[in-house]
Amino acid sequence: MNKIILFLSLFLLASGCSSSQIWGWYVIDPTTPTGWTNVKFLISGMGATIQISLIAAVLSIAIGLLVALPSLSEKRAWRLVNRIYVELIRSIPLLPMLFWVFYGLPIVFQSMGMNVPIDPFWGAIITLALSDSAFTAEIYRAGIQSIAKGQSEAAQTIGLNYFQTMRYVILPQAIRRILPPLANQFIYIVKMSAFASVIGMQELTRRANELVVTEYRPLEIYTLLILEYLVLVLIISAGVRWLERRMGADERG
Amino acid sequence: MQDAAIELVNVNKWFGTFHVLKDINLTVGSGEKVVICGPSGSGKSTVVRCINQLEKHQNGTIRVDGVELTGDAKTAATIRSEIGMVFQQFNLFPHLTVLENLTLGPIKARGLNRKVAEEKARHYLERVHIPDQADKRPTQLSGGQQQRVAIARSLCMEPRVLLFDEPTSALDPEMISEVLDVMVELAEEGMTMVVVTHEMGFARKVADNMVFMDAGEIVEQGKPEHFFTNPKSERCQKFLSQILQH
Repeated sequence: MNKIILFLSLFLLASGCSSSQIWGWYVIDPTTPTGWTNVKFLISGMGATIQISLIAAVLSIAIGLLVALPSLSEKRAWRLVNRIYVELIRSIPLLPMLFWVFYGLPIVFQSMGMNVPIDPFWGAIITLALSDSAFTAEIYRAGIQSIAKGQSEAAQTIGLNYFQTMRYVILPQAIRRILPPLANQFIYIVKMSAFASVIGMQELTRRANELVVTEYRPLEIYTLLILEYLVLVLIISAGVRWLERRMGADERG
Repeated sequence: MQDAAIELVNVNKWFGTFHVLKDINLTVGSGEKVVICGPSGSGKSTVVRCINQLEKHQNGTIRVDGVELTGDAKTAATIRSEIGMVFQQFNLFPHLTVLENLTLGPIKARGLNRKVAEEKARHYLERVHIPDQADKRPTQLSGGQQQRVAIARSLCMEPRVLLFDEPTSALDPEMISEVLDVMVELAEEGMTMVVVTHEMGFARKVADNMVFMDAGEIVEQGKPEHFFTNPKSERCQKFLSQILQH
């Protein structure tokens, strides 16, 4: 983390000294009034990016579990439901899905006599959550299947029903194996949220695009944009490591 | 003998094309102790697992307390709460303490309040001679202690019948007797038990009925005194001579 800050400040320092025509770091030089305004403008997309990513991740974690459960069923029809969902959803590239949800879904609702406008914010969230849920479902499935069958058998023999078995026996054990790959997926969501810019969501990437249009300094502005994502992802990684350590401590009792 | 706690009539089961149980007929009276032995792959574990519906039989009738097991989830759940099961691999819940392992069923499935459930749990831990281990995790215990916790966990549900599926097979030799002792005590207290085991000393001591299985069939069954001294079938003679040699 410290290295990053050092790197960033060196970068900005260099920009201050530079007078070359090629480099234009002045556009994001926080020591000048214009630069500072620009930086503030770019960073102001952070809130939207975080909100979209967080809500989409929570939804994806919930939908993913719902989608994963039928895959564990003994009945072939249930497993088929899971397979179709996973194969269909994960084969759709994010951008077409975003267009379909944002431009197409309201028409589907309309055809059913419902007026459900979808704004860029929810359009992005729905798309990210759906797209990611196919992957979280697979993560859940692998995690749950990695718990020995004897555990659910033992749970059944002490009278627990299916949901109690999941809630009290299987998921608490599976969560330790599920968490690291789920965290990866969260990082994926944060990065993919950049696509929301194309439907007009005022998040990090959109802000950068808009500034590039007025300042004509793509290198400098997109560099800062990349650093913004880097910082977000590093914060998530640190958070996950903390969570894992805490759960590890829990395990040892 | 009193009325039957468990009745299997012409039970058949296949795993794919493999005929794992062939016309199994077995009656376990209330309070009776039945020991099932036989070579591995003979279907003895499957019989026990069919009784509490961890496996489903394809035809024939299984009745527990006079209720026929039809394979529907509700009957299975009711029956399971009447029947305790002790596994070869213990299957304790590693993320819970010993006490939580014991109270989970009573609290969640029976709706007991925590205090009553914990009292009951401590009572049964005492009965399996490990009252001091309540707050440990299962992994901190020896194999013999873990299996006794598993027995206590079953007892907390106050089952009418206890099934044992090779309860000592995964244990180090010096821990076998501490588990068998507990099982003998349970037997003496009148618990109905179906035990799959090769511990013939235990069988002689507690069994009312010995069952020998081979290749999915019950080849021979009878009182232990006849079973051990005078087995009728050749397969059973051969099996007994092999495991009693040492």
